[in-house]
Amino acid sequence: MELFFETLTGLREKLATKKVSPTEVLDALKKRVEAVEPSIRAFNHIDWETARAEAAALTPEDLAKPLGGVPVAIKDVMAVKGQPLTCSSRILKGFVSPYDACVIEKLRAAGAIPLGRANMDEFAMGSSTENSADGPTHNPWDTGRIPGGSSGGSAACVSADEAIVALGSDTGGSIRQPAALCGCVGLKPTYGRVSRYGLVAFASSLDQIGPLSKTVEDSARILQVIAGHDARDNTSAAEPVPDYLSGLNQGVKGLKLGVPKEYFIHGIDPEVEKIIRDAIQHLSDLGAEIVDISLPHTNYALASYYIVAPAEASANLARFDGVRYGARVKDGKDVIDTYCRTREKGFGSEVKRRIILGTYVLSSGYYDAYYLRAQKVRTLIRRDFSEAFGKCDAILTPTTPTPAFKIGEKTEDPMQMYLADVFTIAVNMAGICGLSLPCGFAAQGKHGRLPVGLQIIGKAFDEATLLRVGQAYEQSTEWRKERPACA
Amino acid sequence: MEYEAVIGLEVHVQVKTHSKMFCGCKNEFGAPPNTHTCPVCLGMPGVLPTPNLEAVKKTVLTGLMLGCEINRICKFDRKSYFYPDMPKNYQISQYDQPLCLDGGVVLGKYAFPKDAQKDPIASAKKNVRLIRIHLEEDVAKSFHFETTSGIDFNRAGTPLMEIVTQADIASPEEAFAFLSTLQQTLSQARISDADMEKGQLRCDCNISVRPKGQLEFGTKCEIKNMNSISGVRRAVAYEITRQIQTISNGGKISQETRRWDDAAGQTYLMRTKEQAHDYRYFPDPDLMPMRTDLGLVESMKQQMPETPSMREERYMRDYALNDYDASVLSSDIDLSHYFEGVLNAAQGDRQKVAKAIANFIINDLLGLLGGADQTLADCKIMPEHFGGLVSCVDAGKISSKQAKEVFVEMFATGKEPSTIIQEKGMVQISDEGALESFAKQAIEANPKSVDDYRAGKMAALNALKGQAIKLSKGKANPQLIGEVLEKLLNA
Repeated sequence: MELFFETLTGLREKLATKKVSPTEVLDALKKRVEAVEPSIRAFNHIDWETARAEAAALTPEDLAKPLGGVPVAIKDVMAVKGQPLTCSSRILKGFVSPYDACVIEKLRAAGAIPLGRANMDEFAMGSSTENSADGPTHNPWDTGRIPGGSSGGSAACVSADEAIVALGSDTGGSIRQPAALCGCVGLKPTYGRVSRYGLVAFASSLDQIGPLSKTVEDSARILQVIAGHDARDNTSAAEPVPDYLSGLNQGVKGLKLGVPKEYFIHGIDPEVEKIIRDAIQHLSDLGAEIVDISLPHTNYALASYYIVAPAEASANLARFDGVRYGARVKDGKDVIDTYCRTREKGFGSEVKRRIILGTYVLSSGYYDAYYLRAQKVRTLIRRDFSEAFGKCDAILTPTTPTPAFKIGEKTEDPMQMYLADVFTIAVNMAGICGLSLPCGFAAQGKHGRLPVGLQIIGKAFDEATLLRVGQAYEQSTEWRKERPACA
Repeated sequence: MEYEAVIGLEVHVQVKTHSKMFCGCKNEFGAPPNTHTCPVCLGMPGVLPTPNLEAVKKTVLTGLMLGCEINRICKFDRKSYFYPDMPKNYQISQYDQPLCLDGGVVLGKYAFPKDAQKDPIASAKKNVRLIRIHLEEDVAKSFHFETTSGIDFNRAGTPLMEIVTQADIASPEEAFAFLSTLQQTLSQARISDADMEKGQLRCDCNISVRPKGQLEFGTKCEIKNMNSISGVRRAVAYEITRQIQTISNGGKISQETRRWDDAAGQTYLMRTKEQAHDYRYFPDPDLMPMRTDLGLVESMKQQMPETPSMREERYMRDYALNDYDASVLSSDIDLSHYFEGVLNAAQGDRQKVAKAIANFIINDLLGLLGGADQTLADCKIMPEHFGGLVSCVDAGKISSKQAKEVFVEMFATGKEPSTIIQEKGMVQISDEGALESFAKQAIEANPKSVDDYRAGKMAALNALKGQAIKLSKGKANPQLIGEVLEKLLNA
């Protein structure tokens, strides 16, 4: 088997036993990237030379570390010292990060090599990776379709075996939704579980970094390394980090898994619904107790999200003004003109739409009616989940209402695009954790096979249960062995 | 018609901390441009703020000293507006849950400008109420050159305290007294050097006028850009006159921000209300709300230093100093420490000695320092030596007149008083044998005084005493020589 097909767990074994060297891994990945990247376009940039130098510098002690010698693809929204950091935006064209994000420091300390800048929707705003200044990424299962977003590059590169594993960020579903649409595993940890220091903020109270991987165990291994308190992130939690691997194979016997009726709504693709129902039945067959639950405020999640997230974004993106870094128009008449035209030229239309929306809802006289009210709705959503978790250990839902849609299909209709995240957003609003993993294929698309994802939602800081349920499902099914058409 | 002014102040104070408000960069004035910067205070993509506990503590301390209520839960908010000196284009500030609420500053007589201290208002102990004190980050400093502008980000992100008063101030002199009291309180507690000329204390004044007796406020103008406390006095005075004249001439005051030009002695229009910003405040999602009731307030209460006004009262109560002496000695923390050091070293009755020390400091030392262009830190007189000198006078070893001479010498040389007294031969003669010889000479030379004394005229003794002291060339201990004379005359 080619090295690039390896999982993180498999590759680590080969590296630890010196069956392969980190340089050989890079060579294999380079070959793969050269072969499939023209049709996938998962990366904005890959600095092979630096990666090779870092691989060559790894000591035997480094190679004994949990991620020793493993290249990790990084969504182009996390700071890696000396590497471009563009957030797939024209406004950051040419910007090179002067520092490492906390997660990058942690990856390096565990022996990993950050490799490549994965494409994304500009500033993580989007569900299809079409809102990228670098052009869209293509779904490896059907290159005429979107890979999901905003971490579309991260999902596509893992799915197409251009990367062993990747980091993404999830504000309203941006890890789980592309993972589902590309047929890989994606984990959004609990808010505060992973430091956001060095993650370019979209919506600070919702953003969280997490892994996209080929298997559940691989995600557990990455989470193990990146989780934990960081003094530089005031919102990071001082919760202890458990051993995510030790309980992985405990199975689902004795676990209660809730199924919320609000997630099987009108508008869900019938094929997707059937696949999810089958997956739930499968977990029941494995010994889990399935219980019906209700999350009554689910309906309000999307609307309140589109107030909170743009409001925070409007302030977070104010710093991109061309004064200190990034692209700047040269011929501004004065400072205001320079700001206006730099931002006019630098931002794409979806980003502008959200900045305007966010500016509006925070305006004097509107704050109480919009932002404050949305925050109150958020409390109700959180309460829904805490009540539900009184009855179950984890919740099962579809990750997305449909499989991957065609490139260009929804770009003219933002509401349709926003609905792609309808099942993932509430998890961010509640600040809890969610995992998406492959659970079957819809007989749609160019090759008649489009991946469908099962979402498992867990209590705050209970990623271990998500991983345990995911592992039980994954290891008792064969979906992880499927490869996309581009392979 | 008679008008009255209504004035409220917004005072920004740079908090003296080791590092900036939300990052680890040094908080230092005067370093080469852009040498104290990092990704956080430059607003680089992806960075996050970490609150500086030292700044929070100092703000709480300020609140406690000014009698504020400390908010149990407070939070930081984002204040959005675009300006090149603001790296993130929003400022982290506090909106509706600031650290401190209410409180006030009592205006002491001697906080007023010298020429206004006789005004009855100066003695009225007026309390200027505060609305709030909050903590925020400062912006960078812009420099405008001929064709370009430069920005120095050293100041960006340094902690800044904003103190907002009620519209309780009624005159330029009260504004002066408020700021000088605040300045003393903050600098003495080492919260800020609060030097207006260095921009460590910046003050915006909201001024309106109304016919005397009217309850409704007039339209206010905000005045900016004063760089000294006396400049504030001048600007406020100018603006009150301008507004009264405008109204008297049938004009209307429009709500606007005006800039003070100290050289021209005038305010100029900067912007009108129509150009006012909508700051779109909202809670900063990068920063968790803070609890102050879990030990922070209690521990700060224990660390609370004495304020100048508290110390002034103590000096009046414990040492019976008059209000003027007490206020001068409390006006500067170093001077207070010096005064108390001298007092500790001096022997004798506390109140008497304290008054003597106060006199030396206020009448002699401050003048000498001023004349020599020195500060207290340069002063060569050790508190122990100073105390020794006062003890000498109190014990009658030298006269107060001699002591003044010694003090000048101590100031010049730093020598011990006993050395100077010896060198100058100032030692009083207290030896009974020696005194007896002067007394006998005086008795022999003044038979008339002796007769007068024996006839019961007690004043004659003083005449004899004067003669005897004169014979001793002023060195005889005045009290002892009297006793010796009496003994001889009554024998």
